[in-house]
Amino acid sequence: MSGLVVDGVDVHYGRVHALRSLSFEVGEGEIVSLLGNNGAGKTTTMNLLSGLVKATRGTITWNGTDLGSLPAHDLVTHGVVHVPEGRRIFSTMTVHENLMLGGYRVADASLVEKRVQQAYDLMPRLHERRKQQGGTLSGGEQQMLAIGRALVAGPRLLLLDEPSMGLAPLIVKQVMEIIAEVNQQGTTVLLVEQNAKAALRIAHRAYVVETGHVTLSGPAAELADDPRVVEAYLGA
Amino acid sequence: MSQIILNGLFVGSFYALIALGYSMVYGIIKLLNFAHGDVYMIGAFVGFVTLTSFGGLTAAATVPTLILLILVAMIFTGLLGVGIERVAYRPLRTSPRLAVLITAVGMSFTLEYAVRQIFGPSPKAYPVRLSGGSLDLFGARVSTAQLALMGVAALLMVVLAFYVNKTREGRAMRAIALDPQASTLMGINVNGVIARVFFIGSALAGAAGVMAGAYYGSIDFLMGFVIGLKAFTAAVIGGIGNLYGAMLGGLTLGLLESFGSAWLGGEWRDVFSFACLILFLSFKPTGLLGARVVERM
Repeated sequence: MSGLVVDGVDVHYGRVHALRSLSFEVGEGEIVSLLGNNGAGKTTTMNLLSGLVKATRGTITWNGTDLGSLPAHDLVTHGVVHVPEGRRIFSTMTVHENLMLGGYRVADASLVEKRVQQAYDLMPRLHERRKQQGGTLSGGEQQMLAIGRALVAGPRLLLLDEPSMGLAPLIVKQVMEIIAEVNQQGTTVLLVEQNAKAALRIAHRAYVVETGHVTLSGPAAELADDPRVVEAYLGA
Repeated sequence: MSQIILNGLFVGSFYALIALGYSMVYGIIKLLNFAHGDVYMIGAFVGFVTLTSFGGLTAAATVPTLILLILVAMIFTGLLGVGIERVAYRPLRTSPRLAVLITAVGMSFTLEYAVRQIFGPSPKAYPVRLSGGSLDLFGARVSTAQLALMGVAALLMVVLAFYVNKTREGRAMRAIALDPQASTLMGINVNGVIARVFFIGSALAGAAGVMAGAYYGSIDFLMGFVIGLKAFTAAVIGGIGNLYGAMLGGLTLGLLESFGSAWLGGEWRDVFSFACLILFLSFKPTGLLGARVVERM
């Protein structure tokens, strides 16, 4: 099976059962969105995929590679790159240095240069501010920087955790357009969002996660019309 | 006057070398490594053992032998630092900070009294003394060996600054200091980089240990205690966690001590330098270069 397959995964934080037999799939080339409220287990799922937390049961494979057995810092070498919740850019380092760090595990320096340039082409605002400290950027620019930094790593699977958080609607739209653009260039995207409306606009398929397991799934267009989703996540 | 300044800069360059290790470790894992001064002491003893086992006492050593000695001590103390981190600090990485701090104090005593068991409590005469001619510099008398040691210290600091600011690995160090988890997501092996920081910091302390042995002429198992506190003072004066701050703080402390001794008498030297620490902590706790980070959320 190609793509990402999460099969029957359990995660515990001490006595808290964060994920309960969670299963979902992301085919290569897709944008798949995980929707859900605070505490549903979305961020835990992301941290699980990038190796920051370990499953107590179940398997996670990416194009046949067992991700669960790899140390977190080796995942990028398998093309799995995580843009964490809250952006987590390196605030006192310059925009350019942040992007260069994305290429830390890329051995070929000219390839890093090329990808940094591609990130600047995709997000010209970053180029204008390349010598500024990351922490002085606006929220939207920081989110772009976090995405750009991940792109320099050369992702085949991009994990995006709440990229719209705290951003004005117009900026959310821009960020979502960037994500769709990245996907069209061939990167598989798993998009975790509370902003279901924005996510469903660009996603191909989506899963609704509640208390650690999937309660609803289907093509994004169908879910956007599903009364249960409309009521719970899209508002009346 | 220029003699006071020169002495201050000379002693200050030792302090700076030791403060660098203190500050780098604090910067990356927020640990005050109280065993750091003892690594400096071990460096001095490594130099002592190396020299006595090769040809015994040398009345006057040339600068090249001294540099060779410094290199040997640096490698040994660097590996020692990596070992200390692996055994004592890494298992406590996620524990409350107080636990690691107490472990650091325990590690300090372990090193001190292990050396006391092996070499005995009495001071050892260092088998190499700085010699060679002296020259006149702006009215101050300075020996060529003193100048050479200051040169070595300056060179080490320049290399370090380049490494941290311009190389890929240095960038990874700074990234971990800011956000270890995000660094992991970039593919950085956080434990590996932390081990490297301990190697570099401890190696610099080891180098300072040999220099101090050769300069003061005698070493003992407790020599790292006060200097560890002073390096800590220097790191705080400069802004702890900041590389240039540690260098600046070391030189500043050296100068303060030098002027303190000249004005108040040598016996007041330590009173003066620790009084300065208290002043800094009350009025500028971020130190000379530890500026507050401007951050927008």
